[in-house]
Amino acid sequence: MKKYLFLLGLIAMSFQLNSSAIFIPYSQKIPGTSVSFDMTPIPAGTFWMGSDEGPAPDQKPRHSVRVDAFWMGTHEVTWDAFELFLDKQYEKSVTEGVLESRVDALARPSLPYLDMTFGMGKEGKPAVGMTQYGAIQYCRWLYLKTGIFYRLPTEAEWEYAARAGSADRFFFGSNEDALGDYAWYAVNSRQSTQAVGTKKPNPWGVYDLYGNVSEWVIDYYEADFYARSKAENPVNLARALYPHVLRGGSFASLASELGSPVREKSDPAWKRIDPQIPKSQWWFPEAPFVGMRLVRPLIPPSPEEIEAYYTQVPLVDY
Amino acid sequence: MKHPHSRRDFMKASALITGGLLAPSYLIPGAYAAPQNHLKLALIGCGGRGTGAVFQAFDTGHPIQLVAMADAFADRLEGSYKPIFDKYGKDKVNVPQERRFVGFDAYKKAIAEADVVILASPPGFRPSHFEEAVRQGKQIFMEKPVATDAAGIRKVLAAAEVAKAKKLNVVVGLQRHYQNNYREAMKRIQDGALGDIVGGQVYWNDGGVWVKPRIPEQTEMEYQMRNWYYFNWLCGDHIVEQHVHNIDVANWAKNGYPVKAEGTGGRAVRTGKEHGEIFDHHILTFTYADGSVIHSECRHFPGAANRVDETFQGTQGKAYLSAGNHGLLTDWKGNVIYDHDRKNQPNPYQQEHDELWAALVKGEYKFADAENAAKSTMTAIMGRYATYSGKVMTWEESLNGQVDLFPETLAWDAMPKVLPQADGYYPYAIPGKTKVI
Repeated sequence: MKKYLFLLGLIAMSFQLNSSAIFIPYSQKIPGTSVSFDMTPIPAGTFWMGSDEGPAPDQKPRHSVRVDAFWMGTHEVTWDAFELFLDKQYEKSVTEGVLESRVDALARPSLPYLDMTFGMGKEGKPAVGMTQYGAIQYCRWLYLKTGIFYRLPTEAEWEYAARAGSADRFFFGSNEDALGDYAWYAVNSRQSTQAVGTKKPNPWGVYDLYGNVSEWVIDYYEADFYARSKAENPVNLARALYPHVLRGGSFASLASELGSPVREKSDPAWKRIDPQIPKSQWWFPEAPFVGMRLVRPLIPPSPEEIEAYYTQVPLVDY
Repeated sequence: MKHPHSRRDFMKASALITGGLLAPSYLIPGAYAAPQNHLKLALIGCGGRGTGAVFQAFDTGHPIQLVAMADAFADRLEGSYKPIFDKYGKDKVNVPQERRFVGFDAYKKAIAEADVVILASPPGFRPSHFEEAVRQGKQIFMEKPVATDAAGIRKVLAAAEVAKAKKLNVVVGLQRHYQNNYREAMKRIQDGALGDIVGGQVYWNDGGVWVKPRIPEQTEMEYQMRNWYYFNWLCGDHIVEQHVHNIDVANWAKNGYPVKAEGTGGRAVRTGKEHGEIFDHHILTFTYADGSVIHSECRHFPGAANRVDETFQGTQGKAYLSAGNHGLLTDWKGNVIYDHDRKNQPNPYQQEHDELWAALVKGEYKFADAENAAKSTMTAIMGRYATYSGKVMTWEESLNGQVDLFPETLAWDAMPKVLPQADGYYPYAIPGKTKVI
């Protein structure tokens, strides 16, 4: 844990590097496959995090936060990419050449006995139902494949990117009626995930921030965290397996449950119908609305610190 | 024998609990006596599912003490004991080393210690474990499927009759029978809400399950036991082990069992040495006595579309059902006849134990799931016989099949019947050539 704290300290440090030349949108190809995903640059900046207006006490107080530059996944992670990680046999079968030994040796999820697409489909659709541990291990797999440090966003990074400079409840203002242009949610989703990137993006070019799937962030959930969080690159590190924060709401969310400052939290009940003990570290068989989005910090931490981030093992769950 | 209550008190309490319906285990020499009022539970087969079932038994809240555990492997047993003990503690978990039984015959000794048994070994062992539990007069929760070949099914059907005669409760983990959306939809289908069911489609298409690597020091028997999903004497192929759930729903909707099966299957993408002898897809039609046909499809193809659900068509409407609590009945004009509320539904894995243990503590005889479970398992086995042989298989010839997959001898140095070839790959069925019955 100490190492991990140190790592996040480093993520938070400001570096005197001139990276502007390369800080542009890019497409990350997963080596050896035809799968790729897009990353959007989010410049460093300061914003008002949280909200004093709504009824939710966990969004208070509204406070000023500075975050460093990072790329954010233009879209939520889809099954097209996640299934390569999920099933090594499948990855091998669709990858040109042999897997590098560091990729081959990585621990993979237990293949889920239940249908983790919940009948909602795969192609172009967000991967769902993974635990936060599973989401982090997906990042690790990507790191081993590409050499680039991908991780989950911090809660502050997520909200900063979602707001895209807006102080309103939504990046497009405060009018719920416009949600249908930007989001798949309870009103238009037919209770299912939808293909990513089929609604309008936010002003910084990021899609599906509201609705479709709730997205994992790094932070441990505490309702009063904002009262004591740091002003620069805040993050609340885990002290227990539950609850962790998710952001953005899902296809199942009502309009009233969506917005840039809205905080959601993980729930052990999402593993209730896992018939096995110990319950899977990898899957939430009752959370078809949970997904993930990647972040790549502009200035990556050292290889040792990256390793420390990826090798935290969650508590056994039963 | 050490216990805090006198034998007389214990006998009185035990008779009260069981209503005198079973041969009480206190008559068996050497059996441990649990505290007064507690039903004694034994776990046979200490994998993740068996361990989960013990959790569910305890979570019913009834007075239960786990008194014995059995598994072929000591490491599996210990790996199950730890989370159970950690969660429920010494008052509920009383399984000292002398009641942790390891090996192929461990089940007999563990069954003898208990009033109630959970049978959760790989399916190939279920017939002999069920038969023994019934012989010893125990109350039973057993997992699906209940056999892997016709010889096993015949054993289960015979024991199921004995269980009925002895009034032993038997609940089988075909948990859709304990899930509200299925219960409510089926009640309406049986009552004729859709008219006659004339067709249907049942699916378990997804990416497949776990694989265990071969460790050099393992004997062939140990390797097959560890990687049991890929060997038919243990698993029955995924059409039996997994798709039985959906096939069972088809039988439920039809209120009967098919008279014949025909279909195609093979190994298209899951073709490694570690994948043993099972197919990765089976596509079938099951024809019922009234001539109606149910399409059945199961495949383990990673990267392809998933589908796990059941649909039925009746003369007056159609049904959509899934484990995700769907239960939608509509008429042919699209009017909703019934739409099950998917929110806040009970956990069916818990529900089956809640209902079983509620009956057990009252001494009631309420559950006789074994016969249907055996016949639905048989339906899946008939499907495998059809895809393996490429022939049309009737119910009668399938049920009377004489090919027994089980090894002649169960021992770590004994050989199972299907062995790897010189190249390390296992032989598997060739339609048109393979003899299945």
